[in-house]
Amino acid sequence: MTTPATSSAASAASRLLKGGTLNGERTLSYVDAVREATDQEMSRDPSVIIFGLDVDDPKAIQGTTKGLLEKHGPQRVFGTPLSEDAMTGAAIGMALAGLRPIHVHIRMDFLMLAMNQLVNVASKSHYMYGGKVCIPMVVRSMIGKSWGQGAQHSQGLYSFLMHIPGLKVVAPTTPYDAKGCLLAAIRDDNPVMFVEHRILHFQKGPVPDKPYVVSPGKARVTAAGTDITLVGISYMQVECLRAKAYLEDIGIKAEVIDPIWLSPLDTETISHSVEKTGKLMVVDNGWVCCGAGTEILAQVTERLQGKRDFRVKRLGFAPVTCPTSPSLEDAFYPNARTIAAAARDMVEGKPTGWLPEEKAELQSIVFKGPF
Amino acid sequence: MARAYPSDKIKSPVHLSIGQEAASVGVCAALEPEDVVFGTYRCHALYLAKGGDLKAMIAELYGKVTGCARGKGGSMHLIGTEVGMHGASAVVGTTIANAIGHAYALKYQKKNALVVSFFGDGATEEGVFGESLNFAVLKQLPIIFVCENNQYAIHTHQSRRQGKPNVCARAEAYGIPAERIEHGDVLYLYERIKALAPKVRGGGPHFLEVMTYRWQEHVGPNRDFQLGYRTEDEMHPWVENDQVDRLKHMVDGPRRAKLEEEVEEEIAAAFAFAESSPVPPAEELYADIFKESHS
Ligand SMILES: Cc1ncc(C[n+]2csc(CCOP(=O)(O)OP(=O)(O)O)c2C)c(N)n1
Ligand SMILES: [Mg+2]
Repeated sequence: MTTPATSSAASAASRLLKGGTLNGERTLSYVDAVREATDQEMSRDPSVIIFGLDVDDPKAIQGTTKGLLEKHGPQRVFGTPLSEDAMTGAAIGMALAGLRPIHVHIRMDFLMLAMNQLVNVASKSHYMYGGKVCIPMVVRSMIGKSWGQGAQHSQGLYSFLMHIPGLKVVAPTTPYDAKGCLLAAIRDDNPVMFVEHRILHFQKGPVPDKPYVVSPGKARVTAAGTDITLVGISYMQVECLRAKAYLEDIGIKAEVIDPIWLSPLDTETISHSVEKTGKLMVVDNGWVCCGAGTEILAQVTERLQGKRDFRVKRLGFAPVTCPTSPSLEDAFYPNARTIAAAARDMVEGKPTGWLPEEKAELQSIVFKGPF
Repeated sequence: MARAYPSDKIKSPVHLSIGQEAASVGVCAALEPEDVVFGTYRCHALYLAKGGDLKAMIAELYGKVTGCARGKGGSMHLIGTEVGMHGASAVVGTTIANAIGHAYALKYQKKNALVVSFFGDGATEEGVFGESLNFAVLKQLPIIFVCENNQYAIHTHQSRRQGKPNVCARAEAYGIPAERIEHGDVLYLYERIKALAPKVRGGGPHFLEVMTYRWQEHVGPNRDFQLGYRTEDEMHPWVENDQVDRLKHMVDGPRRAKLEEEVEEEIAAAFAFAESSPVPPAEELYADIFKESHS
């Protein structure tokens, strides 16, 4: 039942984690992929501008905006006053005037101050004005499990935004998708919420240097399998790939899917996989209740019910606030081992009490402060 | 409109501008076609003053596909991008922020146009008001803020909502030159905008508080003095000082009669157009959620 450590899943996971190169491809970090996409679009199209709190400061949003000010000037790259509400409204006004603004928030939590503009204006204008205007804007925001960020500095609130028609939502996992999705988002004529998990910022992987787009509404099968379908959202994609490696050790072959775009959502790719495996587990980076994972599960269920027998399971956050103490934080987040354990129970159709021994090569990156 | 409303053919709540026309007219008459305005749900006068099509407006209120927003926006979201009317929001204060962004874009694009942001006295209590003023000063944007102060937010007087009911003082505190125009004098307002516009176009915001008075109820076609939150006596000087009537008497008799006839005809034609226009077909429900993009 045991498979060698060099199994395809482990290498896919480590590729995602450590950025192995294939056929001499260029390797970039997620941060550099985001910066390169921004720079390439700004060079190509003078209507693209980027702003947000601290976009032009020495830390340059984890490096994602580094060098842009020097290259594109202070009219196109600027830090803003601490005014999330008005600056979101301003981004909309700029878009109405023909610009393609990128508004950056170092925490998604801060977007709560901008919900009026996002929900009532950005998402609504194209429809509400009968197609007369469009709002091509990108809102980048960071979410994260990391180093005790706690209640108000870690939330992945993308499910709120999936609820709203007229808004696209993307949460890329790999550097490759970060670049391709950001390009697609900037070129899109609609508002796009671009969600970046802080831990993913450190991931490295192959990224072509030429511009390319990863288009809205297409999921990706990141590892093939036959026994269970694991859908991992944002950082949980990494944990799902690790879980696949744990499961391989006991002879279970999981298929792993990255939805990439949460809205519009590609339920076809996921349903196709579940038709094959008969088991769907969605691992979310947010609360299960009314969450993105719940929506995925509901849509797949509607498509497949009556066609095939299948079982479903949601993992994500329990309805509690994210604590800061490591002991509690660890229990709050799903991880590769808890995902693998839940997957095995699903495959075997009964609680097995199994929890895999932690493997060093499948451990989480240790995140260091202060940020 | 107030007359047509009881027929129930207008399928949208109306916040009438009756009594407040001077603010929109005085400002917009002094603007250039490429200048841009943003307004509130009380946007009928603004839409028309900026040159919006009357037929498309009435059709919009009737929920017809020939409306300025294809019958999907209604009375509170009139739009006429072809004449520089860039939208109106039903959420108080919202378009102030959109206006500063638009002004930023105009400056970046090196256009010679300016933006006027219209809002009520109530909107000055929203956080977005202060945030927007600060950004306009910081970036020296080509924008004129026009606060139409009718003293009420729905049924609540300004003095019961603002610890210091001095809107201009707040604008000045942010570093924006501000002035209050008493009596809603339409010609004076026109002259002020004419004089200010060249300076604003060069960059640098300006703030006007235009005193005015809403004659009808907050939303709907009727008067509302029976509610007791304000008196007819309070309205009286504003009726005496009606700027529509004032302009009317500046035009000599025969010309005035001809103008009035033309306007009545135009209004009748707009209502007839709205009546005879088709409603949006069922598939419109699903149209224009996203704009098709070609990347
Ligand atoms: C954010 C928000 N809060 C509350 C309301 C409900 N509301 C609609 S109009 C209004 C009063 C606004 O007063 P003002 O800005 O003075 O404009 P006026 O109606 O007098 O033109 C309120 C509170 C709203 N539409 N939006
Ligand atoms: Mg008012």
